[in-house]
Amino acid sequence: MIKNGLAALAAGAISVAMALPAAAAPTKFDFWFGLSGDLARVVDTLCKNFNASQSDYEVVCTSQGNYDATLQNTIAAFRAGKQPAVVQVYDVGTATMMLSGAYKPADKLMEENGYKIDYADYFPGIARYYATSKGEMLSFPFNSSTALMYWNKDAFAKIGKTEAPKTWEDVGADLQAMKDAGYECPMAINISANESWQLMEQFSAIHNQPIATKNNGYDGLDARLEVNKTKFVQYVTDLKTWYDAGLIKIKSKDLGQDMVQAFASGTCQVIMTSVGDHGTVGKTQKEGMNWDVAELPAYAGTERKNSLVGGASLWVLSGKSDAEYKGAAAFLNFIHDPKTALFWSTNTGYIPVTKSGFDYMKSNGFYDKAPFKGRETAIASLTASEPTEITRGIRLGNFTQIRAEFGTQMQAIFANKVSVQEGLDTLVKNGDAILDRFQQTYPGKTLP
Amino acid sequence: MEKRVTFSSWTIGILFAVPQLLLIFTFFYWPAGQAVYWSLTLQQPWGGGNIWVGLDNFRSILSNADYWNSITASLVFAGISTGLAMFIALVLAALTDRQLAGSRFYRVVLIWPYGIAAPALAMAFRFILAPEAGFMAVVNQVWPGFWDPGLDGADAMASIIIAFSWKYVGYNFIFFLAAFQAIPRSLIEAAAMDGSGVMRRFRDIQFPLITPTIFFLLVINITESFQDSFGIVDIMTSGGPANATNLMVYKIYSDGFKGLDYSGAAAQSIILMLLIIVLTIFQFRFIERRVHYR
Repeated sequence: MIKNGLAALAAGAISVAMALPAAAAPTKFDFWFGLSGDLARVVDTLCKNFNASQSDYEVVCTSQGNYDATLQNTIAAFRAGKQPAVVQVYDVGTATMMLSGAYKPADKLMEENGYKIDYADYFPGIARYYATSKGEMLSFPFNSSTALMYWNKDAFAKIGKTEAPKTWEDVGADLQAMKDAGYECPMAINISANESWQLMEQFSAIHNQPIATKNNGYDGLDARLEVNKTKFVQYVTDLKTWYDAGLIKIKSKDLGQDMVQAFASGTCQVIMTSVGDHGTVGKTQKEGMNWDVAELPAYAGTERKNSLVGGASLWVLSGKSDAEYKGAAAFLNFIHDPKTALFWSTNTGYIPVTKSGFDYMKSNGFYDKAPFKGRETAIASLTASEPTEITRGIRLGNFTQIRAEFGTQMQAIFANKVSVQEGLDTLVKNGDAILDRFQQTYPGKTLP
Repeated sequence: MEKRVTFSSWTIGILFAVPQLLLIFTFFYWPAGQAVYWSLTLQQPWGGGNIWVGLDNFRSILSNADYWNSITASLVFAGISTGLAMFIALVLAALTDRQLAGSRFYRVVLIWPYGIAAPALAMAFRFILAPEAGFMAVVNQVWPGFWDPGLDGADAMASIIIAFSWKYVGYNFIFFLAAFQAIPRSLIEAAAMDGSGVMRRFRDIQFPLITPTIFFLLVINITESFQDSFGIVDIMTSGGPANATNLMVYKIYSDGFKGLDYSGAAAQSIILMLLIIVLTIFQFRFIERRVHYR
C-alpha cells in the first residue's frame, strides 16, 4: 500500500514536472540490444536521433554483445528487478518470451499512450512471426531480413547462363557445369547451428512443409518436430550428394574462411545467406566481380510460398513506471516511422518492416542505386504469398537448442557417421526431448 | 620438534576464521546449495515459478547418450592434455635447470602462455590450425584431406588439446622449475662426481625429489582441464563437429545459458562437481602414497 502510494506520488510529481516546460529533466529509460560492431554504432545513432527529436524522454541504449547474451542478461536483470524498459529479442526467442509473463503487450502499450499503429501496414510475413496465434502484436518487429541466394554472374556466364537457377534441379545441373568448367568450389554452405535458418527453416517455409506439428507450434506446446518425413529429407540428401561430388564445399570461420568471404573473394560461386550480408559482400568483393542476389530456389513443381523473416523484435518488459512506458511508446513510434526505416536500411543490410517504409524508400530511389540494388528481392521473397498456417513462422520452445541439434546431426551426416535419414530421425528424437522439457517447465500454460 | 604457539580459547580461532568462512559461504556454499535446489526442480527461466521433480533431472541426463559422450570426451581431453602439458613442461624445466645456453631467456618466455586468456589463445590457434588458411594448410597441400577439424571429431579434439596444453605448459613450467631449483646443488654435484649421467641423475635424484610438485600439478591440471577448457572450446569448435568436443563444462553453458534449461544445467554442474571430487579423492588416496614430501 505504502509502495503504491509512493508510486502514485512519484507519478504525480513526474506529471507535474512534465507540465513545467523548460525546467523538466527528460525521463530516462533503458534499451538493451544484441547487435555489435558496425550495427551497434548504427543503433547508437538511432538512439541519439530519438533523443534529439524530442526533449521529454531520453533512451539509454546498451549493447549486450549478441542475441544470446541479451536474453540471458535480461533474464538475470528481470529476476533481480532491474530490467530495461525495452529489449531486443531474437526471432526464435519469441515462444520463450510469450510464456515469460514478463512483458507488456506492445499493442496495448501503444493504445494506452495514444499512438495509433496500423498493424496491417506490416508485411504479413514479418508481423505473423511475432504475433500471437490470434494476430495480436506483443512485440514490434525491428531488424528484419530473410535468406537469399547470392550468385556470381561471371561464373554463370561461363556456363552460358544469364539468370540465377530457380529450381534445385537447375542448381544441381549448374553446379556440375561449373565444376566441369574448372571451378573448384561451385557452391559453399556451412552446417552449424546457425545455418538451420536458411537450410531447414527457409526451405521448409518456401515449400510449405511443416517443421513441427500443431502448425509449427503456434497451436500448442505439445507440438513435436517432423522434419524427418518432409521434403527436407530429399533436400539434405541432394546437398549431401553434391557435397560428395565436390560441387559443394563447407566453409566456416573455424576453417579459415566463412561462406560470405568465400563468395566475396570469388572462391565460391553460390551461397545462401541473409540479405543482411548484401552490404558486406559489396564492400569486400573482389575488384570487378559481377554478382547478384535471387530468391532461394525451390524444387520443380512447388507452389512457392513466402520465406521466413529473421532478425529480432522489440519487447517492452513489465514492472516499469508509467513515465518510462510513455517514453518506450514514443521510442517504438519513432522506430515505426518510415524515415527511420530509410535511415536503418541505408546503414545496415536490414529490410523495412512496413509497406509504408518500403514505399517511402522506393519513392526515394533507394533500390535504384548500385550498393542497394537487389535488396528488394528480399521483400519479394517475404511476400511471395500470403503466409499459410505453416509459413507464419516457428513457435517452438528452446528453439536455440533445436538449432544446435540441427548442426550436430548435419555434421554427423556430412562426416558419413550416419545416413541422412538416421541423422534427421535423431534430430527429431532429440528435438522432441527438448520440446517435451519445455512443455513440462510450463505446466498448464498455453501460448497466447 | 617444532615449537608451536597454541591458543587455549576456541573463540579466538573461530573469530580469525570467520571472514574466510563468510567468503567461502557466500561464493561457494550458497551458490552450490542453490544449484542443488535448482537441480531438483524445473525452473522457469524468467522466475515465474518452479516445480519439484526430485531426481528426474538427473535421471533424464544420465539416460541421455549425448551426456555420456560428453563425459567420455571430457575424460579423454583431461587425460591427454594433462599428460601432454606436464610432460613437455617437465622436459623444458629440466633443460632450463641445467643452465643450457639461453636458459635465462627461456625461463621468462615459457611463462608467458599462462598469462594469455583462454579465448585469446583459442583465437590464435584457430588461425594457426585452420585447414585452409593457416599452418595446417601446408600439411593439407601435401596430404589432401589430412586435417579437417570442421568435420573430423578427432582432429577437432586434437586442436583443443593442443591449445589447452600450450597454455598449461607455461603454468606447469613455473612450478617444475621452482621444484628443480629447490633441490640442493650439492646432491646433483655429488652424483655427478660419482659418475652418473644426466638421465641417471634425473631418474634417481631429481624426479623423486619433485614428486610433491608433480602430484600437486596433476591435481590442478586435471581439475582445470574440466573447467578452464570452456573458453577454448567456445571459440575453436563450439562443441562440434557432431558433439565431438562438447565437453561437460561447455554443455552446461550451452544447455543453461543458450537453451535456458537452468535445471538441467544445474544438475549437470552437480555431476561435474561430484566427478571432480571423486577424481581428486582418488588421486589423494592412491597416487599420493607414492609421493615423498621430505
